[in-house]
Amino acid sequence: MRHTLPISAGLFVIVIAAACGGGPPPPPPGPDPDSLAAAQAEEQQVRDSIAAEQAVRDSVQRDSQRIVAEERRVREDSLASVREETNNVRDLLARRVHFDFDRSNIGTDDAAILDEKLAVLQRNPDLRIRVTGHCDERGSDEYNLALGNRRALAAKRYLTDRGIAESRIATSSMGEERPIAMGANEGAWGQNRRDEFTIISGGGTLKMPGM
Amino acid sequence: MKRRIGLGLCAIAFAAAPAAAQDTTVVERGGGVRIGITYQPGVRPGMLILGGERGTALDSARTIIARDLNYSDEFEMIALPLGDSLTLRIRPPEGDGATGSFVPFVNYALYAALGADFAVNVHREADSGVVVTLYDVQGDVVRRELRIPNLDPEARGFRLRVHRIADEIVRAVTGVPGVAATQILFINAGRIYRVDFDGHTVEGLSTPGINAMSPTWAPDGRHAVFTEFLDNGQGSLYLLDLDTGRRQVIPPTVGTLNYAPEFSPDGTTLAFTRSDGEGTDIYTYNLADECCLQRLTVGGFSDNLSPTYSPDGRRIAYVSTRPGYTQIYIMGSDGTGQELFAPFQYGVSGESHAPEWSPDGLNIAFDRYVSKVSQVFLMDVGNLVVRQLTSLGRNTDPTWAPDARHIAFVSSRTGSNQVWIIDMETGRVRQLTRLGEARLPAWSPRIAERTN
Repeated sequence: MRHTLPISAGLFVIVIAAACGGGPPPPPPGPDPDSLAAAQAEEQQVRDSIAAEQAVRDSVQRDSQRIVAEERRVREDSLASVREETNNVRDLLARRVHFDFDRSNIGTDDAAILDEKLAVLQRNPDLRIRVTGHCDERGSDEYNLALGNRRALAAKRYLTDRGIAESRIATSSMGEERPIAMGANEGAWGQNRRDEFTIISGGGTLKMPGM
Repeated sequence: MKRRIGLGLCAIAFAAAPAAAQDTTVVERGGGVRIGITYQPGVRPGMLILGGERGTALDSARTIIARDLNYSDEFEMIALPLGDSLTLRIRPPEGDGATGSFVPFVNYALYAALGADFAVNVHREADSGVVVTLYDVQGDVVRRELRIPNLDPEARGFRLRVHRIADEIVRAVTGVPGVAATQILFINAGRIYRVDFDGHTVEGLSTPGINAMSPTWAPDGRHAVFTEFLDNGQGSLYLLDLDTGRRQVIPPTVGTLNYAPEFSPDGTTLAFTRSDGEGTDIYTYNLADECCLQRLTVGGFSDNLSPTYSPDGRRIAYVSTRPGYTQIYIMGSDGTGQELFAPFQYGVSGESHAPEWSPDGLNIAFDRYVSKVSQVFLMDVGNLVVRQLTSLGRNTDPTWAPDARHIAFVSSRTGSNQVWIIDMETGRVRQLTRLGEARLPAWSPRIAERTN
């Protein structure tokens, strides 16, 4: 379909040119009909050659446009794939780590989540992130700021113990100030006891580990 | 019970008024002030607020004083079945109506019969404005007369002026001023609010939409310090001028998370908590000289937070997770001699938070987990005995009134978190705030009249 379009358009140009040739203005009265016919034929020939040339030129132009479009498409496809990869890495980074009540130690499942982040940080040496610790609504408001800080530091320590430079991971705490789940039950509390991971810098283009 | 006391006093008043003086027990209160009233523990003197002439300023002053005296928890307030029946107390002297002056006729015997040990009259005098008179019913004398010139109920500071009068009445009876002229800061929906002692005049102070925490009063009663949160999890401390509303950041608290500040009693130094990449520790900063940030604790793997000064400024109690369990610790105000303060027993002592040293230095109030719910506790600093103050709902974040006998705290007892006040001598409890939710209350010192 993509290929038929320029060709049929070229034909169309020729047809138009022929149609024009078929309907010349009435010839001026002349003494020699033969020379008139010859002149008409010559004129026709010139017109045909112009049309043909035009057709070729059009076709070349179309081909080059097609190539440019194709190149752009390929480039966009590759940009899209880079973007998609970056987004996938961001999703990996954004996965939260959770904690038990009043605890800041990293559990096994959460260690696996942190291992993903470790690989991301290793694959993307310019990436800097912030870990923010959060708490559920129980416990002293001010103590929870300290607890959130400890949770952020626990994730940071996990990563720096495995070779990530300290300077690449900032930490902070929001205590119980930013719950993501409402409700006074373990379901909500469990979701709120978490570390969140955000990108500080170097996150424009991210490479997926192992790719 | 109350009626029997009243009748008893009545009998004394009628039959043995002179002899009563000999039975008077002298009670030592408030640093050795001697008070010569009959005052047995658990029996509070009866207080009668007299009715009388009306007027906007008079009525408001009378209502505010009556409520303040009730909330002082020092008195058995005597409620009359007929509110104004005691307007009879003032009458023109017989046969001398021509002068036009009214001489108060104080019916001590009647007040005594009603169970009053004291009576308060709020009235107006041509020269002096509003005059508040405290009658000592037992002694048949005027105990104190307080004048409030130019009392305008519409003027700013009207209520505080009346509260100060109520405090003076308490002082005249007990030797220690009341705490009606105080205010409480607290947080509602991330914003700092101020409320008067009686629950009146609730006022938002900090910028709406910015998460504020940890308000604390400067000892001058004119400034406060609090934390303002940023969305990146950092928080700086701000010094707020309560008169002008002007606030300024405290420089060394920019760029990290700083909270739970408290002033040293002399007002020069601010102790506070900082959480950063090294953990959570206590720092001090000299606000007066704007210098000398000092780190008092080095927790390593433990957190140290929520400092509170002893009234002599020499020690700081705080919270530490050092034993693997959040407990109250103590150290010198320079950070030396850190040790566990509240005795700790496994399985008995729960996690403890939010200590605040009492203004008389005798106790530390804090909250502690009991069966997975926080309750307010007191620890006697002398013998380290701990006792539980609350049991209804979840109760946290105690803060002392300057009289060292009232504590404000956050309670969930009615469903939402609100600030409540408990009187430790009578056990009486009242609700202070009625907003959506309230937390982190901070009780002011007595707020002195502005001299400027």
